[in-house]
Amino acid sequence: MTDGKIPPFSAAAGRVPAGRTSDQVAESILGETAAVRRPKQWATILRDTWSYGRTKVGVGLFAFILLLAVLGPAVSPHSPTQFVGAPFASPSHAALLGTDNLGRDVLARVLWGGWSVVSLAAVATAIGMALGVTLGLIAGYASVWLDEIVMRLGDVILAFPTIVFVLLLVSIEGPKVWLIVLAVGIGHAPRVARVARGATLEVAQNEYVESTEAIGVSRGRILFGEILPNITSPLLVEFALRMSYSVGIIAALSFLGFGIQPPNADWGLMINENRIALSAQPYAVFIPVLLIATLTIAVNFAADGLSRAIVGIERETGA
Amino acid sequence: MDEQLVRVEHLRVELESSGIQIDDDVSLSLNCGEVLGLVGESGSGKTTAAGSLLAYQRRGARIAAGKVLLKGRDVLSFSPRELRTTRGDVIAYVPQDPSMSLNPALRIHTQLLEVLEEHGFGNSSGDREERLRDMMDEVLLPGDVDFLNRYPHQLSGGQQQRVVVAMAFACRPAVIVLDEPTTGLDVTTQAHILETIRRLLAQYGVSAVYVTHDLAVIATVADRVAVMYAGRLVETGSRQQIFSKPVHPYTRKLLSAVPDVKARTMPQGIPGVAPRPGHRPAGCAFSDRCDQVVDRCRHEVPPMEQVAIGQHAACWRWADLVSCSQRTGEGSLCRWLRPTKQGGGLLELTDVSAWHGRRQTLDNVELAVRSGECLALVGESGSGKTTLARCIVGLHKGRVEGTITFGGQVLGGMARKRPRRTRQAIQYIFQSPYSSLNPRKTVAQLLGQPLKIFFDLRPQEMERRMVEALAQVALDGSVMGCYPDQISGGERQRVAIARALCAQPALLICDEVTSSLDVSVQATIVEVLSRLIDETGVAVVFVTHHLALVRAIAQEVVVMSDGRIVEAGTTEQVLGSPQADYTRHLLADTPRIPQ
Repeated sequence: MTDGKIPPFSAAAGRVPAGRTSDQVAESILGETAAVRRPKQWATILRDTWSYGRTKVGVGLFAFILLLAVLGPAVSPHSPTQFVGAPFASPSHAALLGTDNLGRDVLARVLWGGWSVVSLAAVATAIGMALGVTLGLIAGYASVWLDEIVMRLGDVILAFPTIVFVLLLVSIEGPKVWLIVLAVGIGHAPRVARVARGATLEVAQNEYVESTEAIGVSRGRILFGEILPNITSPLLVEFALRMSYSVGIIAALSFLGFGIQPPNADWGLMINENRIALSAQPYAVFIPVLLIATLTIAVNFAADGLSRAIVGIERETGA
Repeated sequence: MDEQLVRVEHLRVELESSGIQIDDDVSLSLNCGEVLGLVGESGSGKTTAAGSLLAYQRRGARIAAGKVLLKGRDVLSFSPRELRTTRGDVIAYVPQDPSMSLNPALRIHTQLLEVLEEHGFGNSSGDREERLRDMMDEVLLPGDVDFLNRYPHQLSGGQQQRVVVAMAFACRPAVIVLDEPTTGLDVTTQAHILETIRRLLAQYGVSAVYVTHDLAVIATVADRVAVMYAGRLVETGSRQQIFSKPVHPYTRKLLSAVPDVKARTMPQGIPGVAPRPGHRPAGCAFSDRCDQVVDRCRHEVPPMEQVAIGQHAACWRWADLVSCSQRTGEGSLCRWLRPTKQGGGLLELTDVSAWHGRRQTLDNVELAVRSGECLALVGESGSGKTTLARCIVGLHKGRVEGTITFGGQVLGGMARKRPRRTRQAIQYIFQSPYSSLNPRKTVAQLLGQPLKIFFDLRPQEMERRMVEALAQVALDGSVMGCYPDQISGGERQRVAIARALCAQPALLICDEVTSSLDVSVQATIVEVLSRLIDETGVAVVFVTHHLALVRAIAQEVVVMSDGRIVEAGTTEQVLGSPQADYTRHLLADTPRIPQ
């Protein structure tokens, strides 16, 4: 709408005699434009999402972890590798959360060790989504045999638990950060592809897709311009779910010693380093565990709110 | 008062959460053995009102006020237990879509028997089995074990609806509520179902409320008619009165919007849209679209007043209207009666056959279209008319044989493989504007697609062409920023037409473009198309199952059945003196409003 206003009903909607011009016809029929201007669908979904308590809790917790990971190094009292006391010392003024197995400040390592978990998980998820969505779109729209090939190849990857798949790759090439991220991403891809393919199959049946085929829009344009915008809702939910899995896997890899290497600080690594003194210095283990758990739960809550808003839209007619 | 079987008094239905009224002040009565037709366009609240007779409301809606008296007792005050025995036993319901109302996982025998068992019909299972066979006889379905053991999906749409009708009549109820029972069925099937329903109603002296948007159907079944608009009754009267002496301006306009197989004038659309619940204007809800409107209409709701014996209307100006002529002014003549300029041959099909997998859906079809001409492709579902249209535009995914020439050039296979010029010259408009416009794109983006692909234009020129195309379909440039779900169905279909026009086509293929729209909107679309042919000289292939529409818009008609052409000729020849039996049956089965 140019002026943001709804054109009024034509007052005297009498029939214009035959031989009228297009403009006159337009005027007489324009009353039909009186349908309500509803806000865009996206705004509605996001508003509904936010209306759930779980979304607020999830987003709030996620924001907290993100702030901790990003700003942590700036407010840290010590360097994460600086020795500040005896190993496994209890909390004191010098080290508020005590020290770890080598006498480094636990607080400092917690503040420094979040970024790797959050960033690696995010990048891995992004890679998995990009790969999975592209493959899913192609599989859902392409001919049957191409669909079969793509999805069966995906099944091969699905046959491995993601962590085993990643360990397999890491044992060949060594614990490289890029490899871990890529491997986790590839592990996600077939699962994302399934969701994207299912949604694509449904959307591709719509006549608006055929109508672009009829005027000769290229396949790539149809996939990314026509279909993709219509399957964003399930993909967004999938993104949040994958994100929480990524956090778990990345942390687990660090714990197993295949992720971030010492002496760098990392929550997963901290759990492994300090678990032998769990009873003597619990903070060194519990704080990272708590933070990883919080991150996973936060993402899950947000994803749940989002999927509820998408699935459960009960729009009243005319309301 | 004993005669009145059902009485609805001042019924008001509203949305639970917001209190927005769906129906307001609806009062109806139904006498013994009478069929009441409840007519209205989509969103008029007719289905809601009909559901109230069974004290039923869909989730989120609530009956807020009023009474529904069934044999003198208020159904709305019934306990759930009483309701269970009343529904099906005393008052039965036939829903619109039989494929949705039959349980797909149960054999029809099980489902039919369930009704009888539930209501304790007969004394033994033998009684019930016998009654079941009778029921099948009544609706003209085979009662053998083989048939009864089928699942709903193994039945045709017509058979499914017969099963549902049999279920409704199973316990010999006193009243049946039929909610658009023939919508979505072919004319022939519709005619048979209507015949069955009529016979059963008469045979058992059952009263019925027949809900539909199709005035022509009402004219063939109802004794009395009630017209609804925006949740209120606007007029009630005998069939005779409503069709020959309508008083309310809405009834009159609705009647002239209905196309007729015998008429010489174009159906006339009603400008504007019916207001949706929550957006209804104060005063008379029709005041915004009424040409008889006076100031009072905008502030005060007109009461139902007696305008003749047995006829009531809710209009402040009924006294003036009763005396003046019964129908609104004559519209323009049908296209085939008007001289039109026709050019040379544009599209020619020779021996075209097509397959869906192994099944042949087109068998040696031949036809020709000249520019400036409208050719109607008529047939029932499964006749191959849509396949033919899709072959022409290159969307048919199966095997195609034969030659299709367009402007002297042979057209090949799929649209994607065709040269850009051909894709531009042939434009296809889909059946449902609800699925043919991408919901995530604005009107401007949708219109821009063909412009970007076929022409290399500067932004101002693009904008100018879009506005021009919208003007051709009588839309204002202001809709360009809207998403499809922000405009009405009729507007959507016009946007779809404008989108086709942006490509500056020589041939428009319209596939059932009006079948998902209301009668009043359908007439507007036909009007727009007809004017386009006159103004731009574009040729149109108008695919439809609706013979009456053909009459209004086309000069040439091709009738198809089972993938073959059974008859072809000018509209006058084919509809005036049909040669093929099939065409004659089709014409006879098309319901008409008595003139």
